[in-house]
Amino acid sequence: MTIYLPIAEMSVNILVILGMGAAVGFLSGMFGVGGGFLITPLLIFYNVPPAIAVATGACLVVASSVSGAISHFRRGTLDMKLGSLLLVSGLAGSTAGIGVFALLRSLGLLDLFISLAYVLLLGTVGSLMLIESLRALRRIAKNKAVSLNRPGQHNWVHRLPFKMRFKKSKIYLSVLPVIAIGFLLGILTSVMGIGGGFIMVPAMIYFLRVPTGVVIGTSLFQIVFVTAYTTMIQATLNHTVDIILALQLMIAGVVGAQYGVRVGQRLRAEQLRALLALLVLAVGMRLAIDLVLTPKDIYSIVTGGHA
Amino acid sequence: MSPSAVTRALCALVIGMILMASGARAVEKPGVKVRPPEGIEIGMSTNEIAITSDFTGADLTIFGTLTNVDDYLQQIGQYDIIVTLEGPRVDTTIRRKARVFGIWINTEQMTFSSVPQSYSMTSTRVIKDITTQQELASLNVGIDHIRLFAANYFGDIAALDDFRQAFRRQMLSGGLYQTNPGGIRFVSPSLFRATLKLPADVPNGVHMVHAYLFKSGEFLMETKLPLRVVKTGIEQSLTEAAYGNSFLYGLSAVIIALTIGWAGSVIFRKD
Repeated sequence: MTIYLPIAEMSVNILVILGMGAAVGFLSGMFGVGGGFLITPLLIFYNVPPAIAVATGACLVVASSVSGAISHFRRGTLDMKLGSLLLVSGLAGSTAGIGVFALLRSLGLLDLFISLAYVLLLGTVGSLMLIESLRALRRIAKNKAVSLNRPGQHNWVHRLPFKMRFKKSKIYLSVLPVIAIGFLLGILTSVMGIGGGFIMVPAMIYFLRVPTGVVIGTSLFQIVFVTAYTTMIQATLNHTVDIILALQLMIAGVVGAQYGVRVGQRLRAEQLRALLALLVLAVGMRLAIDLVLTPKDIYSIVTGGHA
Repeated sequence: MSPSAVTRALCALVIGMILMASGARAVEKPGVKVRPPEGIEIGMSTNEIAITSDFTGADLTIFGTLTNVDDYLQQIGQYDIIVTLEGPRVDTTIRRKARVFGIWINTEQMTFSSVPQSYSMTSTRVIKDITTQQELASLNVGIDHIRLFAANYFGDIAALDDFRQAFRRQMLSGGLYQTNPGGIRFVSPSLFRATLKLPADVPNGVHMVHAYLFKSGEFLMETKLPLRVVKTGIEQSLTEAAYGNSFLYGLSAVIIALTIGWAGSVIFRKD
């Protein structure tokens, strides 16, 4: 059963797309991530043009993050002030990212850049997560008390100027690292189609020393708005959001996520992180192989205008 | 006016015209029997085709007539016809990858100006048997003779040729360019039927049907007809919205995402 994707301009098997959406939804529910960093490479493997995969990925993260964001907002487990600062810098970063996206696309380097960025990001994050979770697992095996890795109350981040008080998080912190994190993730949302929760959450815990209770809610709050904004801009300026593709992925993803959450609750956090790390590394590896392998045809046609 | 009166008036008019025409010819070259030049005309049942979103390709039939045909030459197969359908023209960029530090990168690109987005051709015989390569090239007939002009390229001619070949190869393998030699059949000595193939992803816009008439390998004349290809259906409306009303399109994408995400959590809520 095939369906035509009007923006990607290709016919795809609807079952494959629904399967992808469900699988990514399942994993994102299980690991508590948005899933943008999984769906974009999967779509690229399925020969969806990377530009479309990235923009549609951002749209998908909106759907997978909104329910979490709403429930954290209701429970009040988010730092509005910190979230707003991250949001404003994220919007600026996303705008800059769209500019980079359009420039790279006109130079014919976008596909390469997306793949390289993914290899780099997934490789780094995957390795770090794997090392960290293996250490944690070993500690548990030795029956040692698991300490939340927060050695010392202050690091270099806390010596930066322009400090601001974030009451909800009970921290007194320079705005510079917050703006930097927000801006960087905004760029990544535009160029890679990810919400960036899997980077933002550890960054907030380890760098900014934000209490874990408000970290998830604050990051989801930022992600929903930045990905929604990015989707809008991508659709308006680059015409790269494929609604038909996004719709299938979202519906399957929302259903898959429900089952993922249930499985995730039965597994231990360290095991979960080790599994996620392996998955992230596998996806990165596959992208790296595609960059090195000799392509079937070294020529590619880019149709200039559109009817 | 009664019907018979109309008929009579028309008859008089037609006879008068024929007499005038023959009179004029008689003045041109008295005493010598001159065969008027052959002509070709084509027609289609419609000048617009609507393509639905489940379209998987189709045949397009074009009828045509030859005028002032020499019956003897026609019997021994001296008349040949080529019919082409050219898609809307657009500037097309083609890129070439090369290995840089182990990874494949688009390193070179070339833009051919005003290239047909699709090209379908049919003929009475294989076109290289109809006439010379030079004639085909000067008429731009045949996939090998579609003009690929790189406006801003001043480099190596050999590379230019590689890009052109790669372009033709990819368009052929993608089905947007295709040929159907022998797809033209004479129904009577002067009436013919041409069957052209429309690819599944035939581009939207104004296509042009060209018909070329050859006699004993010599090009006689060309005629053309526009054909509008209009895609219909939900996918097409979405494409139009994505490019025409892109802001609203983006807004709806976000609203749909928010709704589905929220609805999912409501439907599956456990508490």
